[in-house]
Amino acid sequence: LTLVDPELAGRVLERALARGGDMAELYAEARRGFALSLDDNRVERPQGGRERGACVRVVQGDSTYYGHVDGLAEEDLLRVAVSVSEAVRGDAQHPAALSAVKPAAGHPVAIRPEEVEAARKADLLRSCNERARAAGAEVTQVRIGYGEQQRQVEVFGSDGRAATDDRTRVRLGAQVVARRNGRVETGSDTRGGHAGWELLEEDPEAVAERAARRALTLLDAVDAPTGRLPVVVGNGFGGVLLHEAVGHGLEADAVQKQASIYAGRLGEQLADPFVTAYDDGSRQNAWGSEGIDDEGTPTRRTTVIEDGRLTSYLYDVLRARKDGVDSTGNGRRESFRHLPIPRMTNTFFAPGVATPDDLISGVERGLYAVSFGGGQVEPATGDFVFGVSEGYLIENGKVTAPVRGATLVGNGIEALRAIDGIADDLDIATGYCGKAGQTVPAGVGQPHVRIRELTVGGTAA
Amino acid sequence: VKLDDVAGRAVEAALAAGASDAEAWAEESVSRKVRVYAGEVESLSDAGGRGVGVRAFAGSRSGYAYGTDLSDGGVTELARAAREAAEVADEDEYEGLPDELGSSEVDGLASPELADWSTERIVELALEVERAARARHGVTQVENAVYSDANGSVALANSRGFAASYSATQAWAYASAFAGEGADLMTGLGVGMGRAPSALDPEAIGAEAAERALALVGARQPESRRCPVVLDAFVAASFIGFIGSMLSADAVQRGRSLFAGREGQEVADPALRLADDATDSEGPASAPFDGEGVPTRRTGLIEEGRLLGFLYDSRTARKEGRQSTGNASRGSYRSPPSVGTTNLMIEPGEEELAGLVGLAGEGLYVTDVAGLHSGVNPVSGTFSVGASGRLIEGGELGTPVRELTIASDLVSMLKAVRSVGSEVRWVPFGGSVKAPPILVADMAVSGS
Repeated sequence: LTLVDPELAGRVLERALARGGDMAELYAEARRGFALSLDDNRVERPQGGRERGACVRVVQGDSTYYGHVDGLAEEDLLRVAVSVSEAVRGDAQHPAALSAVKPAAGHPVAIRPEEVEAARKADLLRSCNERARAAGAEVTQVRIGYGEQQRQVEVFGSDGRAATDDRTRVRLGAQVVARRNGRVETGSDTRGGHAGWELLEEDPEAVAERAARRALTLLDAVDAPTGRLPVVVGNGFGGVLLHEAVGHGLEADAVQKQASIYAGRLGEQLADPFVTAYDDGSRQNAWGSEGIDDEGTPTRRTTVIEDGRLTSYLYDVLRARKDGVDSTGNGRRESFRHLPIPRMTNTFFAPGVATPDDLISGVERGLYAVSFGGGQVEPATGDFVFGVSEGYLIENGKVTAPVRGATLVGNGIEALRAIDGIADDLDIATGYCGKAGQTVPAGVGQPHVRIRELTVGGTAA
Repeated sequence: VKLDDVAGRAVEAALAAGASDAEAWAEESVSRKVRVYAGEVESLSDAGGRGVGVRAFAGSRSGYAYGTDLSDGGVTELARAAREAAEVADEDEYEGLPDELGSSEVDGLASPELADWSTERIVELALEVERAARARHGVTQVENAVYSDANGSVALANSRGFAASYSATQAWAYASAFAGEGADLMTGLGVGMGRAPSALDPEAIGAEAAERALALVGARQPESRRCPVVLDAFVAASFIGFIGSMLSADAVQRGRSLFAGREGQEVADPALRLADDATDSEGPASAPFDGEGVPTRRTGLIEEGRLLGFLYDSRTARKEGRQSTGNASRGSYRSPPSVGTTNLMIEPGEEELAGLVGLAGEGLYVTDVAGLHSGVNPVSGTFSVGASGRLIEGGELGTPVRELTIASDLVSMLKAVRSVGSEVRWVPFGGSVKAPPILVADMAVSGS
């Protein structure tokens, strides 16, 4: 059973093209979610949501006309199609006959989260809370959050495409504050995936414990050093560096507007030959994976850097058409209230052959950046800044004191060129990526990576 | 759809499902957005949204559910889901509907003019913004010129007999311009906002984007130093937005604010005066009542260098035996009320920007910060954030600089404020903030 009857979808597309357009699309969605948190030893803010809605868009040349509506009532869908078509100037076009609705190759969900009793979710939060508090007497605050979401999406295109995808995600996060005398430090960790409750069956409390350990470790932190230093970036969430400093610049919308430092550089050797990187929206059960993207294109693995050479940008249908290539399945949208734009899915460096110890032992004095509190980049220049949430000094090839308040400031192109080692321990973490007012789940990952030199802005200036 | 009716039905349904008390927030809006590029429409949208969120209480526990189905069946289903969700929560003796229900007089929230602006006219406005930015010599690209507006209505009802509604309009335009090329490419943002498109000056928005980018051309990394720093209005607004979130009683009560326990204490230089005000007719976050039906008001936060108090919703207020300040905020019907700022307003001072730069003598003028939310420790207030701007040399704006960080801690920074600028403007960063440029006497700047 589809959200929108294909016969109605066909009529909506017909109306949408009534005054011309190169293509039209109806995107329909039903989403439900549930979230719960624990704070101050108390389970609170249980909330559920159910939304349905649709977006109609018509593309003519380089212009996109669209409208969206809450609900999937026939009269609303037709009204949106009419209102969108009124902005177009041309002769009526007719959509191709829709093919049979094809469900996307999914990511298996063993235990549907909505079938797990809410009381069990509350118990999970309580056991996480206990584990975090047991990590040390200096743990003073624990906040645990659980969220689940199911999105059923359907895409009907005037080229005849008819695709559907059923997406289920769960995520558990922990934030812990530790205090000693006047010092206060926080630590966090998450686990999530395009998967069901099974993801949280094996020792979910480890998430809370890791968050607590991070906060406790930071109590002993010294001020971060300042200056240009070698930096070893941790695996998993350390990949946010690749995401921000390189990935955003590979999104084809920025590239085509010459708003990316990577524009016009396909084929160029940007890094040493041992550096390879992927965007992979098909990776089984990974946080940023989907069956199809939000334009109905099946997700896939795209090699963006191969042996140090820049090999591909990330495309949605519109930008691919402009460059005369195929969409790479990166047309994503936050919801039916947004237009699809090129977005990363799971972006990560391919593993190398070194061990993390090999990378660290080669550094005389540097920074070991295990995890970041977040980051920001200006794709036009490649300039980035990252706050290091867990970091350590490296002295004489050994990890020594934890540091607080370190910031990495640099440029994506320069940082890529400065990578001088990649370890073998690939891991992918759960991020949320914001762009053009839309937030989507994005997997960030990498093995341990060493950068010859980066500007570290510390608190010890 | 009649929003009052939807909210009323939802409250009735929650009570029928066994809730001891209930509240419903219904919302409807129409919005438009035009994005232009290279003299053409890149995208144009016309959208409608509607939904309702229900908060149901089971004694001292509460649950929330929201949805887009406003039919009798849909609303009943949501009300039941909210009531069921409440069962999962732990008891909280301070939970419950507010006691101080009502509305304030706030004029001018909705402009009837918005409806007079056809699609053609708003497209033309966006194009004017783009042309104004491109017209400046040295601008190599205008990545985006965007106009958007919204006309929204909300209705709130609860089981204590509160029922009220209001409408508000808002229009924004912004542009992002580039100057320079390759690795030296610099970007600049120009913004404007008001209740209707007639309040926007497309020429000024485009020019601002261009000038902010042009001012940075040739920027390089400066040497590390300690020096006076002038934060421009955008940057000041970003910091004040962050500080505002730390003044939420919820953050304070949960031990997550560096301002916990500092009420009445000296936290800033007397030059800096800060208030939260949801009654200002220009304020994007203004409204007659807050997210749970408490009348909005102006709440002084920092005066004469002292922290006057915090921002409360009814739950955090009850916990301290106080009154709500009307700061229960809602992002939309999709979120239950929680303590938040409305419009943060910094009182303007005497000096124009040139005066602040002159007072700084030798220092740094910051026009952009990056990574504020990851770079500030909310509990200790220490921060280190990426920045760009210009050096201040001999009391004037000089060499453009980038790839640097500025570091301090928030209270030290507030106490080091030396002068507050006279040119205040609304900035849509860090929530809704009306801010002038600010001169801080001393900060750590790290570069090479």
